[in-house]
Amino acid sequence: MKIMVAVKRVIDYAVKIRVKPDKSGVETANVKMSMNPFCEIALEEALRLREAGHASEVLVVSMGGAQCSDTLRTALAMGADRAIHVSTSHSLFPLTVAKLLQALATSEKPNILLLGKQAIDDDANQAGQMVAGLLQWPQGTFASKVQMDKEAVGSVTVEREVDGGLETVKLQLPAVITTDLRLNQPRYATLPNIMKAKKKTITQITPEQLGVQITSDLEILEVFEPPKRKAGVIVASVDELLDKLKNEAHVI
Amino acid sequence: MHSRLRCSSSTQNATANCQQETALRSSCFRGKQNSEKQQPPAARIGSTSVGRSFTSRGLAGAWHVGKNLRQAQGYASESGNSKQEEEAEAREVMEYDVVIVGAGPAGLAAAIRLKQLCQEKGTELSVCVLEKASEVGAHILSGNVFEPRALNELIPDWKEQNAPLWVPVTKDKFWLLSEKHAFPVPSPFKNQGNFVISLSELVRWLGTKAEELGVEIYPGFAASEVLYEGARVVGVATNDMGIAKSGSRKPNFQRGIELKGRLTLLAEGCRGSLSETVIKKFQLREEAGAQHQTYAIGLKEVWEVEEHKHHPGYVLHTVGWPLNFSTYGGSFLYHMDNQQVAIGLVVALDYKNPYMNPYEEYQRFKQHPSIRPLLEGGKVVQYGARTLNEGGLQSIPRTVFPGGALIGCTAGFVNVPKIKGSHTAMKTGILAAEAAHEALSSMENPNMDAYWEALQHSWVWQELYSVRNIRPFFHHGLLPGLVHAGLDHYVIRGRLPYTLAHGPPDHECTEAAEKHKPIQYPKPDGVITFDLLTSLYRSSTNHEHDQPPHLHLVDKHVPETINLPKFAAPESRYCPARVYEYIANEDNKLQLNINAQNCLHCKACDIKDPKQNIKWTVPEGGGGPGYTIM
Repeated sequence: MKIMVAVKRVIDYAVKIRVKPDKSGVETANVKMSMNPFCEIALEEALRLREAGHASEVLVVSMGGAQCSDTLRTALAMGADRAIHVSTSHSLFPLTVAKLLQALATSEKPNILLLGKQAIDDDANQAGQMVAGLLQWPQGTFASKVQMDKEAVGSVTVEREVDGGLETVKLQLPAVITTDLRLNQPRYATLPNIMKAKKKTITQITPEQLGVQITSDLEILEVFEPPKRKAGVIVASVDELLDKLKNEAHVI
Repeated sequence: MHSRLRCSSSTQNATANCQQETALRSSCFRGKQNSEKQQPPAARIGSTSVGRSFTSRGLAGAWHVGKNLRQAQGYASESGNSKQEEEAEAREVMEYDVVIVGAGPAGLAAAIRLKQLCQEKGTELSVCVLEKASEVGAHILSGNVFEPRALNELIPDWKEQNAPLWVPVTKDKFWLLSEKHAFPVPSPFKNQGNFVISLSELVRWLGTKAEELGVEIYPGFAASEVLYEGARVVGVATNDMGIAKSGSRKPNFQRGIELKGRLTLLAEGCRGSLSETVIKKFQLREEAGAQHQTYAIGLKEVWEVEEHKHHPGYVLHTVGWPLNFSTYGGSFLYHMDNQQVAIGLVVALDYKNPYMNPYEEYQRFKQHPSIRPLLEGGKVVQYGARTLNEGGLQSIPRTVFPGGALIGCTAGFVNVPKIKGSHTAMKTGILAAEAAHEALSSMENPNMDAYWEALQHSWVWQELYSVRNIRPFFHHGLLPGLVHAGLDHYVIRGRLPYTLAHGPPDHECTEAAEKHKPIQYPKPDGVITFDLLTSLYRSSTNHEHDQPPHLHLVDKHVPETINLPKFAAPESRYCPARVYEYIANEDNKLQLNINAQNCLHCKACDIKDPKQNIKWTVPEGGGGPGYTIM
């Protein structure tokens, strides 16, 4: 069985981000980037499934400019078998990502497509759900536990974190699973594995070769920092409070 | 590439050596963080930790800041593995011709020079560089007005290769500050031909050059242990990763790796943790008749300022306010490109007043009427801090030991009056590489003695010799020091027949709190000056929070019995990251809480703790600050 994992290169979670002076986006020049934490968790889950004998190959994919190869090398160093880099300089929005993943899934035919639930730069939480829709595959999102049974071949049980608590679903394969924080703790890439990863292959492919045209219905108009919080005001009486709510805040 | 993978039990040899050490503060510093569940030292059989005792407290940390600095939970005990467990868990070994610890200017210059020599002479050497930061350059912090002398030697066509030396120095100013005024004084620096740079950026560039030449650089791996075979250094080992705060192993536990080198170069920067153990073990200061090292702490911010206030290449240094006449130090303000300005304060760590707070002094400095206007309307991009060595020639130990050598700031080559050390660090890396290449090609048991010789005949030595008396004279105070410095710089030029000695080591200079009054520092205004935790957030520092704290107390009682009553807890003041806090416990007694996660890896605590009770060891690789333009 083959597992495909999609990973994204984002600004490292510990970095203090800044908005570019021209407000077109967040400053990424001279800023530390790393693999999206949820994608790391997805990759770790794929590796565990392979180590438990449920899968024979873990394929990792990423999309974007040349530096994606850094992220893919890290993934290979963690233990993925091979990598595919969809090379493009366009900015990618979730629907485009989903279409590219659909094309890759159609040609690679994985049994499970694992993704992080969302990327920490856009917090979109859409790509996994969209690609499941495009592929017409069942989806188990916000997974906090993934179980495969040697007996129940052809299906996977996913425990999901939902607003009301935990929901367990059984999905027929092939399926899309997006991972949440409590699923696992990703392993460290060891030095020998980093060295071995240098010899593993990263296949380069373009969106044209996949037959996907990169268009977008979305355009980022402006990015700005949230306004600074104003200091609060202590009121002396309930009347004063009502007066301020009515005449200053206009909420009653 | 000559690396092979096999298992070894070289830890056994290291253990045996460890147990031969007699000093309590053993120089065979293991720094390992794997452990079984905590046990009192006496109960362990074949224990390898030498007499250190740690304690576990369930104190909850008392601060929250930003979403990235998580709550600390006191500190846990660390005990060495039992011998049986250790032997069962032999580490994988990777072998190289040269192992370099630290991907900074010295380490990378050495790596690059080694590969260049291989190309020139048709030899092949495998070179590996270990870096504890998550990426090359992330732990590099420096002023920096860069003298390209060593870079010209290393990579003569650096300009064509797009080295990030974009801003030549255009103006060189020097002011003497009083509380309200600034008095321009002739600048003693000769900075024409130098560049205002970000050293992190330059180091990143050096890293790519090194990788192009075939050097293997591994960021995210912390060398925590020196490996010995007999009396010879044969490499280093990285620390185990995935140990929980309690000492137990987490699901993603990874045993450390041993990197064996026919030669090992330690390039850890000022007060390197492994280098300190090696210097002690081989008595390298005594061997060279050298004094102790003396230090300063530098605090720095990079600001993005309003465009009309920005003058690329403008360089300013000040002395005087806010520091008093008996504290050595001064500020720097360098205009870089991209509307950015580097601004910082350097405070020598031989200060006497335990209430001194270098971070607050730096905040005060920014409020000076001649400094403040530049920053108004601007934004802080990054903050950081690091100690630097000031001992000069008098403090350079013998830089060669069996199996390896010390290069760069870890031995200490900063030219203090010039306030430059990057060029000398790189040159020592180059010299070491040349000696290493020769030794590896011709010797059965290569040694680095030729490097020590070459160093003493190089321009590094000449430069440091000519300025050797300037810093020590400041022990007599700021004004005498300035007068003497002027004389020595313009007239005498170092040609005095004597060499002044340093005063006592920095940690012995701190006087009892009763002799001094607490300093009232102004509250931060949130516009130009900030509280420490807000600044800390801007350093992007982070550590895996569930790991044993990397700051060890030799004696767990000393903070509450000596530091707090006698010295008013200086560590809570000089640490630029609020790692050390005294918090009232249930009995309303103040107790030390260590927020190891905040650490900026500056080493101030290792240097300045009055009883040298705090030992900085390296945490899990990949943690620490995230400097990109510092």
